[in-house]
Amino acid sequence: MLERLKLAWVVARKDLLLEFRTRTAILSAVVFTALVLTVFNFGRDPTAVPTIDLAPSILWVTFTFAAMLALNRAFALELENHALEGLLVSPLSRTSLYWGKLIANLLFVTIVEAVGLPLFVLFFDVPVWHVLLPLVGVIALATVGFVAVGTLFSAMVIRTRFAELMLPVLLLPFLIPPLVGAVQVTARLLSGRPASEVVGWLRLLGAYDIVFVTLSTLLFPHTVDE
Amino acid sequence: MTLAQKGRWTTLVGLVLLAAVYVRALAFTPIERTQGPAQKIYYIHVPAAIWTETAMILVGVASIFFLFLKDARLDSFAEASAEVGTAFATIVLTTGPIWGKPIWGTWWTWDARLTSTLFLFFLYIGYLLLRGAVADPGARARYAAVLGICGMVLVPFIHFSVYLFRTLHPMPIILKPSAPALPGSMLATWGVSFAVFTVLYVGFVMQRYALARARQEVPHA
Repeated sequence: MLERLKLAWVVARKDLLLEFRTRTAILSAVVFTALVLTVFNFGRDPTAVPTIDLAPSILWVTFTFAAMLALNRAFALELENHALEGLLVSPLSRTSLYWGKLIANLLFVTIVEAVGLPLFVLFFDVPVWHVLLPLVGVIALATVGFVAVGTLFSAMVIRTRFAELMLPVLLLPFLIPPLVGAVQVTARLLSGRPASEVVGWLRLLGAYDIVFVTLSTLLFPHTVDE
Repeated sequence: MTLAQKGRWTTLVGLVLLAAVYVRALAFTPIERTQGPAQKIYYIHVPAAIWTETAMILVGVASIFFLFLKDARLDSFAEASAEVGTAFATIVLTTGPIWGKPIWGTWWTWDARLTSTLFLFFLYIGYLLLRGAVADPGARARYAAVLGICGMVLVPFIHFSVYLFRTLHPMPIILKPSAPALPGSMLATWGVSFAVFTVLYVGFVMQRYALARARQEVPHA
């Protein structure tokens, strides 16, 4: 287990190192996040709808789109010069490879979210300081689930036609449970409702994470082995 | 008789029986008191909905066995079941709004049950699109199986997440823990209709399965 995690970290480190040497993808994703937030600002009537009512949807739609952009990158990188074949013949278990990709994607999405959240607070003037810790917790809980499924699917779609379009089409139905849960919890956090109202949603998010991380780990070998 | 022909006959029998179900539903089953004649659509809507969900579960189960046994027949069955499921989901999503307009006063509402059926429909479309986008037959079968299993696991999650929402949709009156709350004659009509939809599912799947098998035997087709 520990050995596998160590090897996973090697894969993740390699991906992140590549990313920070070029910085193209991460910068694009961050700029994309800022742009989507700006678009949202012009896509609503501030006199008719109070920001607080719209805020959770804005936050989560932005994060979802940004994450989708990031996920396409994970395996597309390995197609060049048949790098994936190299990884597959190396003495690296499939589990470590998947976890490595998952960790790299999670860190990538975390960075985008870490930039997105302050921008969101700045643009929409939503008071989050009093609920910052629980909010970060919810973001983490929802992110793990959909990045796990997204990482699995991105390993499949890179070898299909129209990969960029295929990933959102396959992944969006899978984003519904975490998205609905995250939006509901965020809305209640921002409006200062008691924690007991969100227990059901938190359980759903937690169950989704456990089920889909396990399932994706088990299914991943079938997406890369002949 | 080939499998495709058997499938065609089964479907034909199913369609004739479906017409018979409607004769029974319109002429020999009482009109529901509050909903009036609009309730008659129930006899198509609910059996189709049950088979839409069952077809997805069967896709998932066939996919699990495919990944273990690597038997191309299981993959063909999953493909056939997914296509038939898509057709049934279309029936559910068409008959639903037709009933919704007179009863709820709106064609569509973002109600829990409607939303989850819509996403099931999208899941089916995604599954079929993925099959169409992979050129290599071996990879196509494996990818489809991975998506099929994930899809099957997703269905209860969508169900739970929408159940936590409030719902406008009538609560189940047949598939619920206590006894069915439908009057006898209506329940009988429904039962016959459900049996007919089962025949239709089997007939459709037999035809699509035969076609998928034929495609596997002709390379590069």
